[in-house]
Amino acid sequence: MLGINDNFPEYALPGVKKVHFEPYADNGGSIVAIAGDDFAVIGADTRLSTGFSIYTREQKKLFKLSDQTVLGATGCWCDTLTLTRLLQARMQMYEHEHNKAMTTPAVAQMLSTMLYYKRFFPYYVSNILAGIDSEGKGCVYSYDPIGHCERSTYRAGGSAGAQLQPLLDNQIGLKNMQNVTEAPLPKEKALALLKDVFISAAERDIYTGDSIYILIITANGIQEEKFELRKD
Amino acid sequence: MAFMGHTLSPAPLWHNGPTPGAFYNFPANSSNLGPASRPLQDFRAHSASPITTTTSVVAVKFDKGCVIAADTLGSYGSLARFRDCPRVMKVNDLIMLGSGGDYADFQYLKDIIEQKIIDEQCLGDGLNLKPRSLHCWLTRVLYNKRSKMDPLWNNYVVAGIQDGEPFLGAVDKLGTAYEDAAIATGLGAYMATPLIRDVTEKGPLDEESAKALVRKCMEVLFYRDARSFPRYQIGVVTAAGVKIDEPVDLKHDWSLAHMIKMK
Amino acid sequence: MFRNQYDSDVTVWSPQGRLHQVEYAMEAVKLGSATVGLKNKQFAVLIALKRAVSELSAYQKKIIPIDEHIGISISGLTADARMLSRYMRTECLNHRYAHDAPMPVGRLIALVGNKMQICTQRYDKRPLGVGLLVAGYDDQGPHIYQTCPSANFFDCRAMAIGARSQSARTYLEKHLNTFTDCDLQDLVAHGLRALRDTLPNEVDLNTKNVSIAIVGPKTALRVSDEEELGRFLALVEGEERRGGTATGDAAAPGDQPQPQVTLWES
Repeated sequence: MLGINDNFPEYALPGVKKVHFEPYADNGGSIVAIAGDDFAVIGADTRLSTGFSIYTREQKKLFKLSDQTVLGATGCWCDTLTLTRLLQARMQMYEHEHNKAMTTPAVAQMLSTMLYYKRFFPYYVSNILAGIDSEGKGCVYSYDPIGHCERSTYRAGGSAGAQLQPLLDNQIGLKNMQNVTEAPLPKEKALALLKDVFISAAERDIYTGDSIYILIITANGIQEEKFELRKD
Repeated sequence: MAFMGHTLSPAPLWHNGPTPGAFYNFPANSSNLGPASRPLQDFRAHSASPITTTTSVVAVKFDKGCVIAADTLGSYGSLARFRDCPRVMKVNDLIMLGSGGDYADFQYLKDIIEQKIIDEQCLGDGLNLKPRSLHCWLTRVLYNKRSKMDPLWNNYVVAGIQDGEPFLGAVDKLGTAYEDAAIATGLGAYMATPLIRDVTEKGPLDEESAKALVRKCMEVLFYRDARSFPRYQIGVVTAAGVKIDEPVDLKHDWSLAHMIKMK
Repeated sequence: MFRNQYDSDVTVWSPQGRLHQVEYAMEAVKLGSATVGLKNKQFAVLIALKRAVSELSAYQKKIIPIDEHIGISISGLTADARMLSRYMRTECLNHRYAHDAPMPVGRLIALVGNKMQICTQRYDKRPLGVGLLVAGYDDQGPHIYQTCPSANFFDCRAMAIGARSQSARTYLEKHLNTFTDCDLQDLVAHGLRALRDTLPNEVDLNTKNVSIAIVGPKTALRVSDEEELGRFLALVEGEERRGGTATGDAAAPGDQPQPQVTLWES
């Protein structure tokens, strides 16, 4: 702004607040996704906040993109809204052009491209994509805001992502342990673990809480579940 | 607009003197780095700050509709400059819109929305804009403006009836959008939301209790928000239509004020 | 074939006040195979007869999904229909993107009408040689629209376009009053009978040459798969053909397009 400080430096007062426009906001929220042999579960908390105030306690941050793909997105909520609307439009275009629904790996690649397209004015969003791939296996893809994409079997993202990932590494990845035997993860255990880690996140992260909205993706479709968290 | 920079800040005529049209920079002042280092006028930045501003919008859902309240003050910085700035508008029979933030930006968008409704009526197909559609459209408009770094400096609250059910949604200047049973913007987010959530969490409200609740919030806000005003509008939308009342005066009593010791 | 001296350019009127080029384009619609659209209180149905260019080729697609709530069935130049369907899809997507709601069918048709009109008025363009039947569902219920190369469009209760479609229209007119209250099965059966009336005697409907699309409340547009087609075709299998042989809709080629048919709503 052409303000007092720039043009009349002699008259500038300390502490005069200059309004500055910041196109990004941090609206918080965490996501956890876990893939199993023939399923994937993904959960996101339902708190939408800014700074110290909560916009709403019931904001779903999971987007059903098809009957075998779900996207979880947190971060700058206005970017999330725009990105997911575009994604849905692009998926419908794909369906029209190819006469078939997009597979999860195809969505994963397209999402990466769409994020990188905005490399120099990025969508400030932490994305995690969960679903069933073309072979019927559960899969999880995670992204950085500018389109780096990685397939894995479990991932935590969003405001409490950094706190939850090590917990998942320990519980699912069985990292840095000796004499452990890897066994396929049953759906029930994945679900219980997902709820547990969110309870922990809600204790430590003010941007995570209220409740978790969980989607369980199997070959038979998508099941919904809701789980209450602390609301303070 | 780099090409404009050359014409707007010409090379200095002489050293250590003021640039034509500019003020002399006193020596020993930290900002005295010569005219060349002066940031170029950024015209675009003018729109990136609000001028005449309005304060909170308070809105709540009740069993058969929504109620919105907002005062009528247009502030110019800390000056209470305009005393009659209505900012709860009827969009159509089932939608109402409230706005906080820059008043000029609201008037600009209000004209566009009104034209949108007229265009729709001219089609004459009997279809009317629905609140969710308006909410989404506002999100798109505001997001596009923010992406051009030329935002409309407003918080909007859309209230209406969507397929028979009450709808209440908010959009801010970035295009951040959400729906909730209780929405308060500006300072109201800190002072009114807790009051409303206390009540709404106990169960659904009826129209009268919703209005009473909103009035209470306006009173609390008037006592604490330095940019508020004791005249406000209340609008109600139900399936029967939109009704926006003329501004009413808020009864306030400062006789207790001398007992409050601020230290 | 040279009809007269006023038909070489779309922008030239004949002294009788006609645009011959536009009327020729209307004839192109009648070259495509027949397609039928009809609706009851809840559902709109499109039924199309597909042709194979040769024994070696697949049957040409006749029904194009536009959005979750709109589908079109085409007759005439398929290539023109592809371009139109692309436009309609884009408009629907844009409407969804900006308004988070499906495009009202009537408004989409109005846009299509405006687009098709442009090329009936410019010397460097030609009218589109395709007619559409549009089936859609929105807040006002099910819709069947017909569009013509002349850029006219009609809101219909039932309609048939394409080769020998007069016989189908005759059938539809005869049973028009029963459509509104019949159930979906009967509605499809009526559509199939109407379509069958356009066929020469030696040909019959089968799962290869018929396409059916249905749209209704809370059910996205669905183009029937082979199994469902079989079930629908079984509804009318073995019935006697009532309409008899087609009388041919090319009986009065110079006439205004189907003005004698009163299927559209006033």
